[in-house]
Amino acid sequence: MSQAEDIESVDEDGVIESVSGPVVTAADLDARMNDVVYVGDEGLMGEVIEIEGNLTTIQVYEETSGVGPGEPVQNTGEPLSVDLGPGMLDSIYDGVQRPLDVLEEKMGTAFLDRGVDAPGIDLEKKWDFEPEVTEGDTVEPGDVVGVVEETITIDHKVMVPPDYEGGEVTNVESGEYTVEETIVELDNGEEIQMHQEWPVREARPAGEKETPTEPLVTGQRIQDGLFPLAKGGTAAIPGPFGSGKTVTQQQLAKWSDADIVVYIGCGERGNEMTEVIEDFPELPDPQTGNPLMARTCLIANTSNMPVAARESCIYTGITIAEYYRDMGYDVALMADSTSRWAEAMREISSRLEEMPGEEGYPAYLAAALSEFYERAGKFQLINGGEGSISVVGAVSPPGGDFSEPVTQNTLRIVKTFWALDADLAERRHFPAINWNESYSLYKDQLDPWWESNVESDWPEVRQWAVDVLDEEDELQEIVQLVGKDALPEDQQLTLEVARYLREAWLQQNALHDVDTYCEPDKTYRMLQAIKTFSDEAFEALEAGVPVEEIQDVDAAPRLNRMGTAEEWNEFIDEIENDLQEQLRALY
Amino acid sequence: MKEYQTITEISGPLVFAEVDEPVGYDEIVEIETPQGDTLRGQVLESSEGIVSIQVFEGTGGIDRNASVRFLGETMKMPVTEDLLGRVLDGSGNPIDGGPEIVPDKRQDIVGKAINPFSREYPEEFIQTGVSAIDGMNTLVRGQKLPIFSGSGLPHNELALQIARQATVPEEEEGEDGDGSEFAVIFGAMGITAEEANEFMDDFERTGALERSVVFMNLADDPAVERQVTPRLALTTAEYLAFEKDYHVLVILTDMTNYCEALREIGAAREEVPGRRGYPGYMYTDLAQLYERAGRIEGKEGSVTQIPILTMPGDDDTHPIPDLTGYITEGQIMMDRDLNSQGIEPPVNVLPSLSRLMDDGIGEGLTREDHGDVSDQMYAAYAEGEDLRDLVNIVGREALSERDNKFLDFADRFEEEFVQQGYDTNRSIDDTLELGWDLLSDLPKTELNRIDEELIEEHYREDETAEAVQAD
Repeated sequence: MSQAEDIESVDEDGVIESVSGPVVTAADLDARMNDVVYVGDEGLMGEVIEIEGNLTTIQVYEETSGVGPGEPVQNTGEPLSVDLGPGMLDSIYDGVQRPLDVLEEKMGTAFLDRGVDAPGIDLEKKWDFEPEVTEGDTVEPGDVVGVVEETITIDHKVMVPPDYEGGEVTNVESGEYTVEETIVELDNGEEIQMHQEWPVREARPAGEKETPTEPLVTGQRIQDGLFPLAKGGTAAIPGPFGSGKTVTQQQLAKWSDADIVVYIGCGERGNEMTEVIEDFPELPDPQTGNPLMARTCLIANTSNMPVAARESCIYTGITIAEYYRDMGYDVALMADSTSRWAEAMREISSRLEEMPGEEGYPAYLAAALSEFYERAGKFQLINGGEGSISVVGAVSPPGGDFSEPVTQNTLRIVKTFWALDADLAERRHFPAINWNESYSLYKDQLDPWWESNVESDWPEVRQWAVDVLDEEDELQEIVQLVGKDALPEDQQLTLEVARYLREAWLQQNALHDVDTYCEPDKTYRMLQAIKTFSDEAFEALEAGVPVEEIQDVDAAPRLNRMGTAEEWNEFIDEIENDLQEQLRALY
Repeated sequence: MKEYQTITEISGPLVFAEVDEPVGYDEIVEIETPQGDTLRGQVLESSEGIVSIQVFEGTGGIDRNASVRFLGETMKMPVTEDLLGRVLDGSGNPIDGGPEIVPDKRQDIVGKAINPFSREYPEEFIQTGVSAIDGMNTLVRGQKLPIFSGSGLPHNELALQIARQATVPEEEEGEDGDGSEFAVIFGAMGITAEEANEFMDDFERTGALERSVVFMNLADDPAVERQVTPRLALTTAEYLAFEKDYHVLVILTDMTNYCEALREIGAAREEVPGRRGYPGYMYTDLAQLYERAGRIEGKEGSVTQIPILTMPGDDDTHPIPDLTGYITEGQIMMDRDLNSQGIEPPVNVLPSLSRLMDDGIGEGLTREDHGDVSDQMYAAYAEGEDLRDLVNIVGREALSERDNKFLDFADRFEEEFVQQGYDTNRSIDDTLELGWDLLSDLPKTELNRIDEELIEEHYREDETAEAVQAD
């Protein structure tokens, strides 16, 4: 059940039988699987995860120190749900959708206390409701009945809940309402409020899934250019610690052109979440110029917060994402990190003494992962519109070993793979995405978009870059043995071109004001400039110019400054001209 | 308080006792042996009728007739400002012969999680006086930055050097007047008596003991107690930082021993083991320690952590360093090769990292050129390192002039920048100037990580000119 409701709907009390960490068993509790229960005298929130005979096993979302047998367990009779309604954006929640700012206020301390509940959305706040239906209209589940301005960027569409029957509108009026007040009445007696609830472990209904054809533009050259993600697609970012997973995720949350961003910090560092909380309200959204927070919902369940809430935070996040998708928005969901989620499953599973699968993970790991990623996609909505959820999951493989179960099971599902590489990170090549190991299966279906929105020869130029990088990879093996100077001149030149591709194009400085975001046009032109250098240089080489002289032309090192150039169009024009002039002057 | 003589099973560090009243999870237990010794323990699992108890001091001497008392509360640490200057054992009892500790309050040792919303993002530079850290992997207040080391490497010397030298530059100038003081909490888990002496001697020699609280669990103390020691240390740290406005530096050594203790108890409880026999909840357990570092909005003080761990077989993919790396904000990596070359401290900067560095440096914090210089040195050193492999095969003569410059840079970087000895205290200015000195050996055009204006300002033309002439 959600916190917004009263606790009066209690069915039957049980009694605690035993306590071991976050797992509590209770006797005589009349409950269904996944019901939310309140445990002990302090009323700690928990969820039923196993029923055996008279005993019910509960995972508790809060610390259980001091809780003992004999204390009561109350059942709410409802599954774990989220409160949906205006006010979710610009919020920061824990794993069971308790707003952290409200918790701080209620607890009166900077530390998280136990047994404090808070509704996921503000129940007191009045919203200015603008109806989009009039009396006499017929509405069906999922239909939009009106809008409220949730934030400066986003209009929140109030919908007929998907589990309603729908019917003729008998009463609707604009005005100021709280989320619990009825705003639309239907002839069959159904009343619509802005506030809805939805059980987190169940996907919200939608129509057919479509093939995504539009890229999620991230403003990151290597991602947009070589390994694009589609709006409605899925991607995984695996990498050992220190390879920049979190920075990559945050860059996506900051710059990608989604309407709504749901950012889940699952079992990660407290200071990192604080950085997001402090940065996002100040950073402008590249599409609208409004603060980024106005389109963002944060879920922070840091590594030291209770493990059971870590297991649920992924579901809380994706349910919120689905709700905004139902309004017709393009939602991007970042989950950092899905490995922590899998480990939370493992921890609970081992406390239940379940038979372990690979590396101690529960046997249902693969099923849970694919169920989660399948909630992404570009959907036909039940109200006839279209909306999408793109999911980007970070994976933290132990020891950076990609053969471990979470990475492998994730790779079977996702279509874009951004492999982070500790070697690149060590030499401060960021983003440390390895171009040889990464892939995107969306490339071909997104090419038409690039051709019509950026440049018609985009696929060829990109392929050229891929070929050069491939060739470099092969040549490097030889260089490791005999040194660069032993190579023929044309191969030395290829290495030089590849170096510019790596240093000037693939590298991108997330901390630089200009370089942190690179629009598709700039991504294309930068690549084209390096290709100009390559074409001109090879012509010079053919005309007999020694490779040292080609490498030494003044204009070439300036390629490295393209990313940080503010007036990039002029800057690149100038470089291209100079390159041509200087290289042609050599012969 | 009820007393039972109902022990049914004793196994390793665990005792099982029958009870007729409910006992809370995590509660503290006192067991009195027939010889009259009192041992302390904690409830690991509480069921109707039976509880399992983990005994901190080990189960030696307990028999079926021992009496068990449940204190009805979870473990608390008596905290007070008077703890500064004191030496305690791993369970928090004074062992320095000093007066009884009169607590200001008793605080639960299982710390509560800091609400991420109430945290303040750490961005105050701490100058450790060690170039490899200040210049390349900057430490900031409220960070948790472990030292990944191996057996036989001088991690203790480095930790002591940091404890001795750490300052925040503005404090030196005496401005601000916020009155925040600096304190060191030292939590030793399973270190040898000899190592302990080393630490204590250094604390006494430098007068650092006065502003320190020392928790000592030695190698021959019970392993189970190691579970409690870091929690006592961090509880004291939190009290001093968030109630008494101290800037607290917590040094925990050796986390590997802590994790071994965790595994021992897991095995005794017959839990399903995770990787390499360590319990599946080790990530959560470690996070509950490491995440107690930080700053809180509206509070003057801070908790900064430097946990030390020795990687079994120098393997950073071993579960202990691996899980630690995923929680902490970077790592300082000690290197065996550098150590045998006599580099002090033998910090290998390439695999080292400080995640909070970017926000703690730059104009107004350290120096405008800090970020660029550090990036450039990373890139140049990495390139030099790569070339070393090649030199082994083809020899130096086969390499270009450019490559040779990078090789020289890598050598100088290790011998002059990283090498400094355990008693040298370099200011951040010294460190960065040294960096420019090294970078000026490379051609200007190779410095593509540095802003052009900064190159103009700091690059040392003369030296390169001289170098060219000397060729």
